Amino acid sequence: MKYYSVSETLKSLFRNRMMSFASITSVAASLLILGIIMSVILNINSFSEGIKHQFDSIDVYIQEDLTQNEILTLGDSIQNINGVHSVIFETKDQALENLKIDFEDYSYLLEGLEYNPFPNTYIINLEDVIYADSIVNQLKNLEGIEEVKYYKDLINRIIDLTSYVRNIGLVLTLFLAAIATFIINNTIKLTINARRREISIMKYVGATSWYIRWPFILEGTILGFIGALISTGIIYLIYSYSFQLFTTQFYVVIAAYMLNVKTIVNEILTLNIIIGTGIGALGSMVSIRKYLNV
Amino acid sequence: MIKFNNVTKYYSGGIVALDNINIHIEKGEFVFIVGQSGAGKSTFVKMLLKEEPPTKGEIIIDDMKINDLHRRRVPHLRRKMGVVFQDFRLLPKKTVYENVAYSMEIIGAKPKEVRKRVPLILSMVGLSNRANVYPDQLSGGEQQRVSMARAMINNPTLLIADEPTGNLDPETSWEIMRLLKQFNRNGTTVVMATHDQNIVDAMKMRVIQLENGKIIRDQVKGGY
Repeated sequence: MKYYSVSETLKSLFRNRMMSFASITSVAASLLILGIIMSVILNINSFSEGIKHQFDSIDVYIQEDLTQNEILTLGDSIQNINGVHSVIFETKDQALENLKIDFEDYSYLLEGLEYNPFPNTYIINLEDVIYADSIVNQLKNLEGIEEVKYYKDLINRIIDLTSYVRNIGLVLTLFLAAIATFIINNTIKLTINARRREISIMKYVGATSWYIRWPFILEGTILGFIGALISTGIIYLIYSYSFQLFTTQFYVVIAAYMLNVKTIVNEILTLNIIIGTGIGALGSMVSIRKYLNV
Repeated sequence: MIKFNNVTKYYSGGIVALDNINIHIEKGEFVFIVGQSGAGKSTFVKMLLKEEPPTKGEIIIDDMKINDLHRRRVPHLRRKMGVVFQDFRLLPKKTVYENVAYSMEIIGAKPKEVRKRVPLILSMVGLSNRANVYPDQLSGGEQQRVSMARAMINNPTLLIADEPTGNLDPETSWEIMRLLKQFNRNGTTVVMATHDQNIVDAMKMRVIQLENGKIIRDQVKGGY
């Protein structure tokens, strides 16, 4: 059996350069569209995850008349509740300071305060948002709590939104991946169809099916691989540019949750190479079958 | 070498291509299969290549019954024979050299062996100076000589030629016939389907004439 090297395959791709060019273009175009949608979906996902983490905390306002010891005991009790990740104690003075920092420009409004309206607070970080309700219920049994504050509606809405986005994203990605698969497979089919005479001649001179198939599979794989690299390269350029634009010029809120270039390119490169080379190889193998029966 | 025992071939639609054919061809023979278009020549060649199975009867090539040869063994049958077609059937994206070398590569010949034998056979068919040219840059006669070189590179015991001169002018046709004769003299059995009257008359070889799928003549040293 002759050893089919990459250089041998590249030679054949070059000799069929018109078809190779058409295939690579079509593979790259389909994967480019898939990649762009993927990068948008990944970002929306990261955004909603980020937002969720902002609000997955519960504020416990402590009654004014509690002693230092009682406050500590309360802290320990909270720490022991199932689903509590960590507990931070914030004194009323800190709370006021934080507010002043957050609203720097309006801090003069706070100057007029005659007393500090903030209570001492335990801020509970949750292991996951889903524990929120059960934790709040258990907090009600503890002594010394003035009020429990948490963004129940908001958290629920974010949970809904996140799973909604994730589902839509998954469906859309699968749909686009299917379309990309279809287009790439069709291109490969055309490429092989253009060479069906060649295949039948190989059969006539006594080549076995696998001997004929291997170079075609290798060529399909390389076509898919090159297409994947090109599309990912373009996505890299587009995404770096948008990232630059968003982080320096536009809404900082969005930019804070924007996935960095490396993460996106890694994700999309992996996906594109899997689809590109996978369909390239499998498509060639399947398409060539009907021409081998001579 | 070749035995057709009561071979019948129906195509779908009730067309009878071969009707109860009995042919025995011995090793080293040179046989013309003649007849008009539709007489059954092409079907006969297809049966030899196992492109089509017979409807009835048995076909034996080189002591091997090929009727129920497994699909996967067909390439091995084809390697025993060299085949030359009317339309040359060269690989368009391979050079003359690579086209001939391909036949050696598929049987797993060593690269060293390939590099030695291919130039040899190319010089035999007079194409040494065309080795690195692609088929579409060659004349019809040159292309057919390449396909002859390809057919003979592995020293097959049987050479099947299906209208090898069909697309060539008379002068070029004779070049091809000279090569066929030369291969035959070296011991290769040659079966050639043709309707070229002049060639058959001049060669004085065994002639099997088909008409409507039947053998109507089988003559040693015959004419058309």
